[in-house]
Amino acid sequence: MLHIVNKSASERSSLESCLRLATQGSAVLLIEDAVYAATTGNAAAAKIQAAAAGLKIYALGPDLAARGMAGRVLDGVNVVDYGGFVDLVAEHSNCQSWL
Amino acid sequence: MSDMDDMDDGSGIIKKFMFLNRKAPHGTVYALEGLEVVLITAAFDQDVSLVFTDDGVYQLMKGIDTKGIEVKDFSKTYRALEGYDIEKLYVDRTSLDARGLTEDDLIVDVTVLADDEMANLMAEQDVVISF
Repeated sequence: MLHIVNKSASERSSLESCLRLATQGSAVLLIEDAVYAATTGNAAAAKIQAAAAGLKIYALGPDLAARGMAGRVLDGVNVVDYGGFVDLVAEHSNCQSWL
Repeated sequence: MSDMDDMDDGSGIIKKFMFLNRKAPHGTVYALEGLEVVLITAAFDQDVSLVFTDDGVYQLMKGIDTKGIEVKDFSKTYRALEGYDIEKLYVDRTSLDARGLTEDDLIVDVTVLADDEMANLMAEQDVVISF
């Protein structure tokens, strides 16, 4: 399954719920304000890095750039563009958006 | 101007206004709308403090490039606030630390406050408007 999270982890619990309920080997794509969680020094960074051991973590590049965060992405997080977003949706048989 | 003062309509009263920004810049419209209201308020010669806390500190990030998401980059506008006599910009240390940020990461000069200093600043305002 592809999990998509779009809310800031410091404002909503959606990322935490996603990481709690995503099965091993699932993909998690961070978009919009959720991308902050995948940046160095963020309070959620440790959770992302721990999760990256069992999940594939992606972050949307244009959303990182729009937030001045392009140069601060955590190791182990894969940055994708809109084409990569489409590929992820196509590759997975189902997806869950954590609104 | 003196006619206005004689009318005693309160036009000469200066109140302490705090604009409290707690949202990241592009995920919601709060940041942009808040900035627009601050610019309007500047025309009324009030004592304005602009505060960025929680995800609001992200509004001031250097190096923002919004071409990829095709929305307006309003981050440069914070630099123009000085020209509108809005010079009291505050950020709290706790919010910066939780996001791995320092003053050097921000596009404008700000005063960094500890929690108790921010609390006192908030308490002494006549009006607090939250975005």
